[in-house]
Amino acid sequence: MSAEIKQQSMPIKAGAGWKEIPWGGVIPQGGTARAFNVGGWRSEKPVWNREKCINCMMCWLYCPDMAIMVEDGKVAGVDYDHCKGCGICSSVCPPRVKAFEMVPEHE
Amino acid sequence: MAVNKQSAAESQAMTGNEALAEAMRQINPDVVAAYPITPATEIVQIFSSFHADGLVDTELVLVESEHSAMSAVIGASAAGARAMTATSSQGLALMHEMLYIASGSRYPIVMPVVNRALSAPLNIHCDHSDTMGSRDAGWVQIYSENAQEGYDNVIQAIRIAEHNEVQVPVMVMIDGFIISHGMENVFTLDDQTVRSFIGPFKPRFPLLDVDNPVSVGPVDFTDFYFEHKRQHHEAMVKVKPVILEIAEEYAKISGRKYGLFEEYMLDDAEVAVVVISSAAGTTRYVVDKLRRAGVKAGMLKLRVFRPFPAEELAEALQHVKAIAVMDRADSLSAQGGPLFAELRSALFDLPKRPLTTNYIYGLGGRDVPVADIESVFNDLLTTVSTGVAGPKVRFLGVRE
Repeated sequence: MSAEIKQQSMPIKAGAGWKEIPWGGVIPQGGTARAFNVGGWRSEKPVWNREKCINCMMCWLYCPDMAIMVEDGKVAGVDYDHCKGCGICSSVCPPRVKAFEMVPEHE
Repeated sequence: MAVNKQSAAESQAMTGNEALAEAMRQINPDVVAAYPITPATEIVQIFSSFHADGLVDTELVLVESEHSAMSAVIGASAAGARAMTATSSQGLALMHEMLYIASGSRYPIVMPVVNRALSAPLNIHCDHSDTMGSRDAGWVQIYSENAQEGYDNVIQAIRIAEHNEVQVPVMVMIDGFIISHGMENVFTLDDQTVRSFIGPFKPRFPLLDVDNPVSVGPVDFTDFYFEHKRQHHEAMVKVKPVILEIAEEYAKISGRKYGLFEEYMLDDAEVAVVVISSAAGTTRYVVDKLRRAGVKAGMLKLRVFRPFPAEELAEALQHVKAIAVMDRADSLSAQGGPLFAELRSALFDLPKRPLTTNYIYGLGGRDVPVADIESVFNDLLTTVSTGVAGPKVRFLGVRE
């Protein structure tokens, strides 16, 4: 197998040695951010209240990490594996709705 | 370089810059980024004429700085293009950050560099401080004595950079003004020969291949960065045989054969000068003169500085009694120039080491006359007769 073909067919596994990963840091797949859990970065987490939510979808639109989960066109909760706790969802939620509350991560 | 069998009538009078631009026209890269800097300006300027005249299919990107020029060719290379640019001195210094992005991402970019001193004080003339400053940037570095070698090296560099086992960018050097603006006879190959020699570009992970999405330039922290650097190290180890293999192939189409370095009258030499680029011409002349006088003088002209061919150099120089290492750059370590430091290290493992002296010469384009090289050989002969190498670092042609 030529080095070139071998390179292209290489998956990247955690703990892999230098001979087992593609050269130059390239990741031969798309959408790999999904596999990277950043939830541990949070100091505060948004807690969503289903009763208060009017499904205006502003939080979904503004979330920089696509961490607002949606089902059937309606907000379904927060993906805590990818939410970094930035609080943008809470700040764009309409003042008279306030469906998000930011609470310290370890409470 | 082996003696050329072609007749003089087949050659064309060209400057170094013209020869490099001609090589680029024949390579016909997918993308060229152009930004002017003396004395390399003409390379991209002449190339832009080829572009305007429809002689190349290249996308010519006119950028606003050398940092942008290198960024543009990095982007083009990531997209899947064969990409080139050219620069010199301050331009190379401004590219410094991006040189590492190109090599660390393993983009096989080829870049002619015309050697020029670095400011300050401001100087546009030849020395090697610019590319010696980039010696640890993970690029292959190939130095050329004259326009002919510059032309031949650029064409071979495409194959070296793009080789399956290498995938590392290559810079090809000629000396500023002395070669870039000096006119000489150059033998060129015909376009078809060059194109079939370099072949089509086969990118590893082209971003424009939408059916096979890839991510490039990701963060690479404590978990993988070290492994990627280890890979890059391995690539530099593999470059040496690849350079020789491609030189072999190039000799078949051109009649001109290259190695990692050229040995001139070195086999039985007792004293030898190790030199890079155009000053080798003057040194060869002095060697001939000394040989006629019965002195066993020789020369080693280094072609490939990165990767550094340490074992090969040690083998070629082990029998020499006294060696002068010529550096057209002072690394300001107070211990001599970069070639000296590396060559001395290469000789360290020999059971019987030659005596070595470093000469810093030609900074800022200071001329290197025959008399200066003769004085170096005289110093070496004194070293041999006394058995003492004298001052470790000397300056050739500087006023006291």
